[in-house]
Amino acid sequence: MEAFTIHTGRAVPLRRSDVDTDQIIPSEWLKRIERTGFGAGLFSQWRADEGFVLNDPAFAEASILVAGPDFGTGSSREHAVWALQDYGFRAVISPRFADIFRGNALGNGLLPVQLPAETVESLQTAVEQDPTVEITVDLAAREVRGAGLVAPFELDDFTRWRLMEGLDDVGLTLRHEELITGFEATRPGWLPSAV
Amino acid sequence: MGRTLAEKVWDAHVVRRAEGEPDLLYIDLHLVHEVTSPQAFEALRLAGRPVRRPDLTLATEDHNVPTTNTLAPIADPISAAQVEALRKNCAEFGVRLYPMNDPGQGIVHVVGPQLGLSQPGMTIVCGDSHTSTHGAFGALAFGIGTSQVEHVLATQTLPQRRPKTMAVTVDGDLPAGVTAKDLILAIIARIGTGGGAGHVIEYRGAAVRGLSMEGRMTVCNMSIEAGARAGMIAPDDTTFEYLAGRAHAATGPDWDEAVAYWRTLASDDDAVFDREVVIDAASLTPYVTWGTNPGQAAPLDSLIPAPADYADPAARASAERALTYMGLTAGTPLSAVTVDTVFIGSCTNGRLSDLRAAADVLRGRRVADGVRALVVPGSMQVKAEAEAEGLDDVFRAAGAEWRSAGCSMCLGMNPDTLSPGERSASTSNRNFEGRQGPGGRTHLVSPAVAAATAVTGQLTAPAQL
Repeated sequence: MEAFTIHTGRAVPLRRSDVDTDQIIPSEWLKRIERTGFGAGLFSQWRADEGFVLNDPAFAEASILVAGPDFGTGSSREHAVWALQDYGFRAVISPRFADIFRGNALGNGLLPVQLPAETVESLQTAVEQDPTVEITVDLAAREVRGAGLVAPFELDDFTRWRLMEGLDDVGLTLRHEELITGFEATRPGWLPSAV
Repeated sequence: MGRTLAEKVWDAHVVRRAEGEPDLLYIDLHLVHEVTSPQAFEALRLAGRPVRRPDLTLATEDHNVPTTNTLAPIADPISAAQVEALRKNCAEFGVRLYPMNDPGQGIVHVVGPQLGLSQPGMTIVCGDSHTSTHGAFGALAFGIGTSQVEHVLATQTLPQRRPKTMAVTVDGDLPAGVTAKDLILAIIARIGTGGGAGHVIEYRGAAVRGLSMEGRMTVCNMSIEAGARAGMIAPDDTTFEYLAGRAHAATGPDWDEAVAYWRTLASDDDAVFDREVVIDAASLTPYVTWGTNPGQAAPLDSLIPAPADYADPAARASAERALTYMGLTAGTPLSAVTVDTVFIGSCTNGRLSDLRAAADVLRGRRVADGVRALVVPGSMQVKAEAEAEGLDDVFRAAGAEWRSAGCSMCLGMNPDTLSPGERSASTSNRNFEGRQGPGGRTHLVSPAVAAATAVTGQLTAPAQL
């Protein structure tokens, strides 16, 4: 996983709530067995509309997505995170994220930044007025800066450390393999086997 | 202080707890399908890691599979390659697979319960958000992403933050003609698509206790549509009767020991939930969705709401956008909305009781001219059971298509899709833009309403026929 410490870049406003993962990456893209190349499918149905904000050349270089509440609802498809990253996004800012999307994003180093709705609205307005304005997402300081704002966000110490080190969970968990083996010895014999 | 059902199951699975870190939870059952697993198996291969517990892992082919001509090779080369990848991965890593045409094949969330693999008190995960279905048994079951699929394959555990708990209590009895699907649509309409975020919902109350296991699965299935991490129902005699004698359920003294444990799982009387919602069952009627998220639902006998009805600006904008996408006008009766397609199936409503409910409406009636009606059983076993009862004859005689098992038009990954602008009444779980095919418009309904709608060509409750 790519480490995340601090990122500065342009932002694109997505003024929609309940952006579900079917919109982020439609199901026709899920047939692929690779982990890369999903950027072309990002918001593909919406991008068919010329007026869609991601088609605006002013936002072509954006690497931070500033979206409405309940971002990433619906399907558990991690392809949504891969598509956002492949397209060039490093962070998504929203007043609220769906749980599975948030977990998938944190597992891949795409930072989900939860900020109050008014702050998100201010950021959207600021980048609409000046698409060249740069926003800094600082994980070390746990704050978003730019457009005249300094907005702190919450993320637990452990997750922050894991992201800043770029560590993957499997490696961390396998350090505790003896505990897993010990737990397995205590499982009741009547639990089902799939075999 | 007492503990909730969710807390009891959680506590029984903590492998490691450390201050400030997520708990490391043991996973009792990992269900796998072709769409969200190939990248996870590939990562194991690259790292030289085995599947730690193939005996606690089960795979089935469901999302991509065609539901007609299933004996022919899959026509779509990309779908075919994905299904082939699952077969190779399962063979290489020693995972049991139910492939297309196998009598055990079906939608992953129908297969687990029908085998008796989904049991009270277990932790169950799958790379699919509708894993919440298995919570109907009093299991803690939730959807995960592909990196987490890899994690569970490699370690049989998952690091997770302890969720909050929420009680949704449905007092009283559901009126005649109101089903589990109507109940969950009404709950989501009430609490919203983010209402359960960060929480595990426990469904309680007389109306929930009165549901069959299949009805309970319908309710828990759509917990994710309310944003919840999982949905659960405490196990009781209904649960034990369903499980007894199933292929993977314990027998003899083991069964007695299991049941004795399962009886301890119900939330304690003094347990405290972080949030509580109470719903009066008697007030419910058949529900349908009118918009593009599952929270945009209303009683079938009501009018399509106006954006101005919503005080919250985000909800108002969302309603406005939804009406435009759906091609609907505020203030028109929902019962006047006409459809081109009716889809009966999915992990929400593709079980035998769902097909019976639809067949009861269609028996002796005809699907309206110009309406395409698809009936897709949730598993090959459901298909066989339905055929043994003659339900397939009822559907065919009515002019509906009787298909093979799979996810089908729920998400349109196989050839069963809506064309742009087409409108469906669907017993599935998501009415997102383009969910059933680009430009398609979806109204979520119960199986009974789907069948009645097929007869009239417009959204209809059976009582109106």
